[in-house]
Amino acid sequence: MATAIHIDHLCLSSRHPSTRMISAFFIYNTKGEVLISRLFRSDLKRSIADVFRIQVISNADIRSPIITLGSTSFFHVKINNVFVTAVTKCNANAALVFEFLYRFITISRSYFGKLDEESVKSNFVLIYELLDEIIDFGYPQNSEIDTLKMYITTEGIKSEMAVREDSSKITIQATGATSWRRADVKYRKNEAFVDVIETVNMLMSKEGAVLRADVDGQILMRAYLSGMPECKFGLNDKLVLDKRGDQAKTDGAVELDDCQFHQCVRLGKFDSDRSISFIPPDGEFELMRYRSTSNINLPFRLQTHVNEPTKNRVEYTIHLKAAFDSKLNANNVVIRIPTPLNTVKVDAKVGMGKAKYVPGENHIVWKISRIQGMQECTLTAEANLAMTTTKQAWSRPPIELDFSVVMFTASGLLVRYLKVFEKSGYNSVKWVRFLTKANGTYQIRF
Amino acid sequence: MAAPPRKGENWELRQQLNSEYRDKRADAIKRVIANHTIGKDCSGLFPDVVKNMQTDDLEQKKLVYLYLMNYAKTQPELVILAVNTFVKDAADPNPLIRALAIRTMSVLRADKILNYLASPLSRCLKDENPYVRKTAALCVAKVFDLKPDMCIEYGFVETLRDLIGDGNPMVVANAVTALADIHEASLNMAPPESSPEGSSPNSARLNNQLFIIDHATLAKLLVALNECSEWGRIAILSTLARYRTTDVEEAEHICERVMPQFQHANAAVVLGAVKVIMIHIKNVQREDLLKSLTRKMAPPLVTLISQAPEVQWVALRNINLLLQKRPEILANEMRVFFCKYNDPPYVKVEKLDIMVRLATERNVDILLGELKEYASEVDVDFVRKSVRAIGQAAIKIESAAERCVSVLMDLIETRVSYVVQEAVIVIKDVFRKYPHSYEGIIPTLCANLDELDEPEARVSLIWIIGEYAEKIENADELLGTFLDTFKEESYAVQLQTLTAIVKLFLKKPDQSQGIVQRVLQAATKDCDNADVRDRAYIYWRLLSSDPAAAKSVVLAVRPPINLPQRTVPPAILEELISEISSLASVYHKPAATFIGKGRLGAEEMKRTVEPEEDTARERALQTVVAGQQAENLLDFDADEPESGASDGLAGLGSLSTGSSVISSQAIASAAKSTNPLDELMDLFSTASMATPAAPLAPGAGLEGLANSVSPPTTLSPSPATPTAAPAATAGGAQDDLLGLF
Repeated sequence: MATAIHIDHLCLSSRHPSTRMISAFFIYNTKGEVLISRLFRSDLKRSIADVFRIQVISNADIRSPIITLGSTSFFHVKINNVFVTAVTKCNANAALVFEFLYRFITISRSYFGKLDEESVKSNFVLIYELLDEIIDFGYPQNSEIDTLKMYITTEGIKSEMAVREDSSKITIQATGATSWRRADVKYRKNEAFVDVIETVNMLMSKEGAVLRADVDGQILMRAYLSGMPECKFGLNDKLVLDKRGDQAKTDGAVELDDCQFHQCVRLGKFDSDRSISFIPPDGEFELMRYRSTSNINLPFRLQTHVNEPTKNRVEYTIHLKAAFDSKLNANNVVIRIPTPLNTVKVDAKVGMGKAKYVPGENHIVWKISRIQGMQECTLTAEANLAMTTTKQAWSRPPIELDFSVVMFTASGLLVRYLKVFEKSGYNSVKWVRFLTKANGTYQIRF
Repeated sequence: MAAPPRKGENWELRQQLNSEYRDKRADAIKRVIANHTIGKDCSGLFPDVVKNMQTDDLEQKKLVYLYLMNYAKTQPELVILAVNTFVKDAADPNPLIRALAIRTMSVLRADKILNYLASPLSRCLKDENPYVRKTAALCVAKVFDLKPDMCIEYGFVETLRDLIGDGNPMVVANAVTALADIHEASLNMAPPESSPEGSSPNSARLNNQLFIIDHATLAKLLVALNECSEWGRIAILSTLARYRTTDVEEAEHICERVMPQFQHANAAVVLGAVKVIMIHIKNVQREDLLKSLTRKMAPPLVTLISQAPEVQWVALRNINLLLQKRPEILANEMRVFFCKYNDPPYVKVEKLDIMVRLATERNVDILLGELKEYASEVDVDFVRKSVRAIGQAAIKIESAAERCVSVLMDLIETRVSYVVQEAVIVIKDVFRKYPHSYEGIIPTLCANLDELDEPEARVSLIWIIGEYAEKIENADELLGTFLDTFKEESYAVQLQTLTAIVKLFLKKPDQSQGIVQRVLQAATKDCDNADVRDRAYIYWRLLSSDPAAAKSVVLAVRPPINLPQRTVPPAILEELISEISSLASVYHKPAATFIGKGRLGAEEMKRTVEPEEDTARERALQTVVAGQQAENLLDFDADEPESGASDGLAGLGSLSTGSSVISSQAIASAAKSTNPLDELMDLFSTASMATPAAPLAPGAGLEGLANSVSPPTTLSPSPATPTAAPAATAGGAQDDLLGLF
C-alpha cells in the first residue's frame, strides 16, 4: 500500500537535471554593457555575460525570449532600455524563470519607481542587496514586497537599528504561514479600498462582427486594517467551469471563466465552496485576477469607412459612439488610426477632441479627454500619399482604441460584499471603485 | 617585487578602504563593487576589503560579503582572514546576520572555509528561527556541490530529510529544493552506465538513498503545499511530479489536493500543478474526478495567454504539448488564441499552430477569416506561416478544403510575391491530399509561373504540372521553360523537372518524345549532382527497357498525406509532459539534447528515448521498403509505432489496389512484380520535393538525402522551433539547431 519508491530508478528522465535553478543573473543596457552581474552557481564563468551581448543584444532579429547556445540558456525580458536576464545550464523551469524576472521588475519598481539604465546604475547596491534576499543558490526565495521593505530599505544605516530590534519578528514573518502580513499592524481608522479594474480585449472584423471580446479583470485592494483581519469577499459571479452546463441564468450573475488569487486567499476553500476568504497583506496588493468572455458590454462602437479612391489618397470617416450609460464618463480616449507608410500629409476634422497626424508612428491620433455616455462623434480625414513603385497593397493594421471608463465594468461584475472580522471587533469602512479600460487591446479592423 | 603603484584607481580605493571615516570606507566598498560589475579586476584589494567585514552596518557587511563571494576563489590563501568573522556572525543574536553568514560562507568555494563551516551549519540547521533554518537548508545543497562527502559525514542530508517534517512551510520547501538539487547533483556525479570509468564507491553510496519520497513524506508535502510561498509551492509540485504511484486512491488524493493550485496567480505554480495532474491522472479511476480535472484544467491554461508575452510563449509551447496528448481539453477555446496585431512574432507563430490544432468543422470558417487577415500583415515569416496554416486546415478538415482553396486563390490574386509562392507550395499539399478535386485552379497557378523565384515554390508548381500533365494542354511548353534554365536551377528543381517531364512523357508519349530526351540528356550530361544524375539514369533505363513498368512505377497512386496529430513521438511526448514548464517542454525536445556535458548525438538519443522500439537501422530499412510510410513521412511514429514492421507488406497491398484504380490490369500486375523498386522510386520523387521532416527520423539516411536536395519543408504544425528536434539529422547539427533557435 505505502508506495515508497526510489526516485532514481523511476525517472528515466531525471538522468538529466530537471530542476529549476538559475545560474546567473545579469542586467544589460542596450549597448550590452553589464550593469548588474550576479553568479549563483559554479557552473558558469563570468565571461558568459559576453556571449549574451554578442548573440542577443547585437542581434536585431530575435525570435524567441529564450536563447540556448551550447548548453547554456539565456532567458531575457526587455524593459525600457535594459535587458533583465537569467542564465541557466540545466533544464530549468522556464515559467518560473520568467515569473521571477517579472517579479524582480515589480520589486524594483516598487523600490525605485522605474526600472531603466539610470535607475539601475544609481541603485546598484540596493539591487544586489535585494537579489541576495530574493534568490539564493538560484532558487527564488521570499519576494513579498511588503516583507522585503521591512528589512531592506533605501535609507540603509538609518533603518538598521530598527531592523536589529525587529529582526526576529521579520524573519518569522518572512517564513511564516502568513508571510505577507505583520501581526502588529495598527490603524486608527480601519479602511479597505477595492478597485475592480477591467481591461477589455476586443477585436472587430472589417464587417463589424466581434471576433473576440473578453475581459481581463483585476481586483486590487488597499487594506488599512488593524490586527489580523479575516476578510470575506463576495462578487456577483457564477464561476462557470462547464460552459455547456446549466443554462439557468441567475439574474445579474456574471460568468467568470477563470480566476486567480493572491497567495493569501485560501485556495482549498475556494475550491470547495467558492468563497473567497483571506487575511490580507497590509497595504496595496492584487487580490484576484479573473477572465470573463460572455456578455461583455463593449463601451465603444466604431464605424469605419475607409476608401482609397486613387493611388495617392485615402479617405477616412470614423464614427465613434460611447455605448455606456449617459451618467458615466470615459476619460483619455485615444484612437489611433493607421495611415499608409508613404503618407505625406493628413487633413483631419473632428467633432470632438483633437486629431493629429503623427508621421513617426504612421497614425492619425485622435484624442478626446472626456466623453459622456451615449455621445457620438465623427472624424473625417484625408491622407495624401507619395507616389511609390511598390505594388504591395497597404496591410491596414487595425485601429486601436484606448480609454478608461469609471464606475463601469464591461463584464458586469459587481462587488456584493466585503466583510472584515477581527477579534477586537472594530468597524471598518470599505470603498469600492470600478474602472474599465483598454490599452492597445481594443482593435478594429477596417 | 615591485610595490603596487602609488596612483591609479585601485591605490585610491585602498586608501579609502583603510580610511578612519566610516562613510568613506562604505563609499569605497560600493565603488569596488561597481568596478567589479563592469568587469574590472578588484582582486588586489582583497585584504583591504576584508578588513571592513567586522561592522555593525548590515548593508556594508552585505557588500563585503558580496565581494568575498566573487573573489574568494581567486585568493584562497587570504580567505582565511575572513573565517573568524564568519564564524562569529553565524552565532550572532540577529537571525538575519546568522543567515547571511552561513549563506555566504557556503558559496565561497574555498576548501579552507568549508572546514570551518561544518559546525555553524549543523547549528543553523537546528536554529530556533525558521528563517535561519530555511537558509541553512539550501546551504547543504551548496556544500554538497563542493564537497559531497562532507554532507554525508556530518549527516546534513539526514537533517534535511528531517526538515521535510518541519512546522514551517518555507523550511519544508527549501529542504525539498535542496534534496532535489543534491539528488540531481549526485546523479550527474555518478557517470552514466555507458561511461568506461567506474564510479567511485562514494558516489555510488550517495547515489542510492538520497531522496526518497515515501508515503509519510508525501503527506507532509501535501500539507505544506497549501501554506507556503509561491516558489515553495513550485518546489513541492516538482517533487510531487517525480513521485510515482500506482495506487489509485493515492493518485486521486494527490490530484484532489493539487487541483486548487490552478487558481494561483503565479504561472509557474499553475503549470506545476498541471504537470502533477497530467502525471497522476493516469491512475485516477473515479469518473467524476477525471471529468472535473480535465474541465478545470482548461480555464487556467487559457488565462496564461493574457500574461506577459514571455510567460505566454512558455505557456503556448506547453499547451501545444498538452494538446498533442489530450486534444479535448481546449476544444472550445480557439478564439482566445487569435493573434493580436501587436503580439510579438514568437507568440503569434505559436498561436497559429495551436489554432490549427483546435480547428474543427464548426470553427473553421472563423479560423479562415483570421488566417486570411494575418496573410495581409507585414511580417513575412508570420504571413507565410499563416498561408501554410490555411493549407493545414484544408488537409485536416475535408469538408472545409474547398473554402480553404478559395481563400488561397484569393491570396494568389494579391500578387504579393511571397504570399503567392507560399500559396503554391500549400496548394501542392492540398493536391496530395485530394488528388482530383481542384484541378480547375491549375490554370490560375500556371499563370503565376513568372512570379515564382524560390526553389520550393517552383518545385511545387512543377510537381503539380507533372502530376496533371494529361489535363494541361501546354504542359510541355511550361515544363520546357524550366528545362531551358535547367543548369541554373537548384537541384531540387532539377529533380522535380526531371520527374515531371518523365511523367508527362508517360502520359502523353506522342508529343513529348523530344522534351524527355532533352531532360535526360541534360540531367546525365550537364549535371554534376549525384542524385539528379542517378535518377535520370534510372528513368532512362526504365523507359528504354520496359515502358509499362515505368508507367506503374512513376505514375503509381500514392496514399494521401495526413496532418500529424503529434509533432513529437509518443515516448518523448510522455517524457516532456512529465516535465511541463521546463525548458525541454518549451523546446519540445528532451533535455539531453541541449544540456549536459556530452550532449547526445542523434543516434544515442534514439536509443535512450525509445529503448523498447526497434533500432534505428531496422526502422530505416523498413522505411525504405514501406513506400507508404515514406509518403507519409509526416506522420512517422504518429500513432502505432509498432505497425512499422508490417508496413512493407501493407505497402504492397495498398499499391496493388491503388494501381488498379489507375488503369489497366496489366499495369497492376506489372506493378506487383516491380514493387520494391517502384516504392523506392516513389520515395525519392516525393521526398525530394516535399516534407522530409519526420521529427524523429528513423530513416535518417533517407532524410539526409532529402535534405541535401531540398530545403526541408515542414508541414507539421510547429514552425518556429526546430521540429526536427530529437533526432535532428546528423548529430553534428545539434549546435546549429540551437543556434538557429
